[in-house]
Amino acid sequence: MTLDRKDLKLLAERRYEKGAVAKGYNMRTLHIDMGSRLATEKTVSPEMKRKFVGGKGFGLKLLWDGTKASTTWDSPENEIVIAMGPICGNTNYPGSGKSLVVSLSPMTGVPIDSNVGGYFGPYLKFSGFDALELQGKAACETIVFIDGNEGLIQFYESPADIPGDTHLLAELLTHAFARDEKDLQSVAVVSAGRGADHSPMGLLNFSLYDKRRQGIRVKQAGRGGIGTVLRDKRIRAVICRFKGVDQNSNDAADPAAVQRIGLKLHREIVKNDDLQCKMRKQGTAHLMEVMNDYDLLPTKNHKYGQDPKGPEIASWVWEKLLSQDLPDGCWFGCTLACAHAVDRFELETGPYKGQKVCVDGPEYETAAGVGSNLYVYDPHGILEINFYCDTYGIDTISFGTTVSFLMEAWEHGILDKGKTDGIDLSWGNWKGAIQILHDLADGKRFGVLAGKGTKFLSQHFVKEYGADAQFMKDIALHGKGLEQSEYISKESLAQQGGYYLTNKGPQHDEAWLIFMDMVNNRIPSFEQKAEALHYFPMFRTWFGLQGLCKLPWNDIEPADNAKWGEPNKVPEHVANYRELYTAITGEALSPEELILQSERVYNFQRTFNVRQGFGHRKDDYPPYRAMGPVLEDEYEARAERYDKQMKEKIGVDPAGKSVKEKVAITRTHRMKQYDSLIDAVFKRRGWTNDGCPTPQHLREIGMDLPEVLAVAEKRMAGGA
Amino acid sequence: MKYLKTNDERCVGCMGCASACSRMYFKEDNPAKSRIQVNGIGKNAFHLIACDQECRKCVQECPTQALTVSKTGVVTLNRSLCVGCLACVAVCPIEAMRYFPGDKNPFKCIACGTCVKACPKEAIEIAEKDESDASRAWERIIALVAKEERA
Repeated sequence: MTLDRKDLKLLAERRYEKGAVAKGYNMRTLHIDMGSRLATEKTVSPEMKRKFVGGKGFGLKLLWDGTKASTTWDSPENEIVIAMGPICGNTNYPGSGKSLVVSLSPMTGVPIDSNVGGYFGPYLKFSGFDALELQGKAACETIVFIDGNEGLIQFYESPADIPGDTHLLAELLTHAFARDEKDLQSVAVVSAGRGADHSPMGLLNFSLYDKRRQGIRVKQAGRGGIGTVLRDKRIRAVICRFKGVDQNSNDAADPAAVQRIGLKLHREIVKNDDLQCKMRKQGTAHLMEVMNDYDLLPTKNHKYGQDPKGPEIASWVWEKLLSQDLPDGCWFGCTLACAHAVDRFELETGPYKGQKVCVDGPEYETAAGVGSNLYVYDPHGILEINFYCDTYGIDTISFGTTVSFLMEAWEHGILDKGKTDGIDLSWGNWKGAIQILHDLADGKRFGVLAGKGTKFLSQHFVKEYGADAQFMKDIALHGKGLEQSEYISKESLAQQGGYYLTNKGPQHDEAWLIFMDMVNNRIPSFEQKAEALHYFPMFRTWFGLQGLCKLPWNDIEPADNAKWGEPNKVPEHVANYRELYTAITGEALSPEELILQSERVYNFQRTFNVRQGFGHRKDDYPPYRAMGPVLEDEYEARAERYDKQMKEKIGVDPAGKSVKEKVAITRTHRMKQYDSLIDAVFKRRGWTNDGCPTPQHLREIGMDLPEVLAVAEKRMAGGA
Repeated sequence: MKYLKTNDERCVGCMGCASACSRMYFKEDNPAKSRIQVNGIGKNAFHLIACDQECRKCVQECPTQALTVSKTGVVTLNRSLCVGCLACVAVCPIEAMRYFPGDKNPFKCIACGTCVKACPKEAIEIAEKDESDASRAWERIIALVAKEERA
């Protein structure tokens, strides 16, 4: 199918005065109401810039203002906000092209934020806007087009026969909205996929045109169902065209400094990457065997962290499959280049069976989530699920964790072929998993039920199939409704907090403390863990304020990193970031202010949760599978470890105790430990024992907007 | 392929080449803006650096394909496509890809011969050499991933 822009039905358009970025900011955002097809500019006030910085901060602020306490994910006033941040779009420092997307999540009911590559965000910024709000619901399927060179915003009716799946849709739209062949790289498309029409775990695909592959690639704003919100608004795609990115499109205060800091990291990567993470060859899949070796690679719904079959999907397997020696960055100038792909991959199932496609990935989370966690050690199966998840617009993490839950339910006889429309969900059967995915995309059969996610299913099986309620709760790997990402957190209390003492649910964006805590035992006390659960979430939030990727922070390190104090923080890179911020914005940034920038937004987000009726202590507990052995055979498989802990840490002699007793003793102990951790973390973060930021703390950090204080004061006074 | 062949032993460090080059492309006499570099490596000893046109790591690394190989085998930069990321500068094994702080685009030797005329000692010349495995690597990589109907 080909598509000509001229043949599309134009519904509305408006012109806008092109702005100019000054020191990283436009000081202007764009609001689009899908219902009335109106596009309105909003000025960014100095106060908004000071308190929210940019990126996720701007996104959350605009989302707060646009919604109410009663707003749900499918309310017309719910928004999708795509925001960038001052550092976003520079081409010198690797990892500088991220868009931050926020929305009220269909999975959790609270704001989700997702960090994504692709060209849309930087192009939108250079088109004159620091953020884009999409609000309201369109009367018909709509394509929104922003031409940053023309200063033009257009609304088109999406043709009825346009393909819904991203690998076709984004390709078609890229060609339709590019001026000519030479203009293809100037077009970036945000779209979902057919799966997002039928499941709350729908994602957004952000495209980039790959000149060497002569086709589009996609990066995912994967978590929390923002693609589902896009489809609920009847938005088929949002397109931004911008031609003319150059070294100083950000109008940096000191462009030479941006070059110098960026080139320093480029060189560090070129020199050290092969000796460190091999991101340029393997991407994040370099982690596979490391995680398997340390008993951290999710296996059978996080029951175990290791399997002898692990090496079958190790990094070296992926290195052979991934195309090599390509500049696979998701934004210009990212020499860490982790956005690899498997090219000319022949599909074995589904509507595109027999076709050769380009598979974006797999990243670590995908290879673990739809691989080992499903007991799938066939790289082909992983790639097939990876491809279809992407093109259907389904989050691989939520999908993987949900199917692993289903497979465990199958193992325990809660599910059978009569309940799955004939699909065999035995461990390792990737063809069963992918059948669910195809059905989900078609909106039929068991796929629709399965697509509702782990939280829903765990309750559904109790109600409909009489499954044991406690068991279902224990093995449903979700927090707040969002599926946990793919690390075993059982032996790291700090990581349990890293996952579950989070604003948006268990992801690995905020804190990854397993090595520091479990392997290296650097943070043994509750206070030390709490300090880490303060510093790292705050520091990592900062990437989202700036439009940065976190990977070049610690997936590449200076060769002498270990000799500095606190090597876990990669101090030289923190210094790079502060310098880079100053070079672009012209404003100094002390280490304390860096953390404060994040702390304001982090506490704002927590208070946002409170406003929506969440943000209680009870919302922050993990399912027990994330904390310890649920089942007796799970205990027995690591009996030596657990028995030793019982003797040394709990002070109980395991001798003569039944496995059932030992499971119970371990469980009681670990639950208590977690409670103590919450106490310490909430205290360190300046929150009440129930998890609400205190008005005093909000004032101290400068998040003292009256509407924010009012929410905290109301909760403190015992209100909802 | 055409390239600038250097002979360090003949170089006396007069900087005539660097001067001619920077005047040609930047309209100023500034060795930091020269596409050929003259490095002192001891008493009366010099090492000349200019792109050998052969490794083409920069062509491989460029995200916008602003760096391409011309019909004569010379690696050239299309400034209108260049986003100034400097990845090419980082991957160049001999630091022949240059940039001047604050200028948007990097620059490199394109074997134009301007410096040759300025050299009093015949330490540099425009020469020809054959394509090699290394020089064709960038093409082989693309052939493996480009859409098959066009490959």
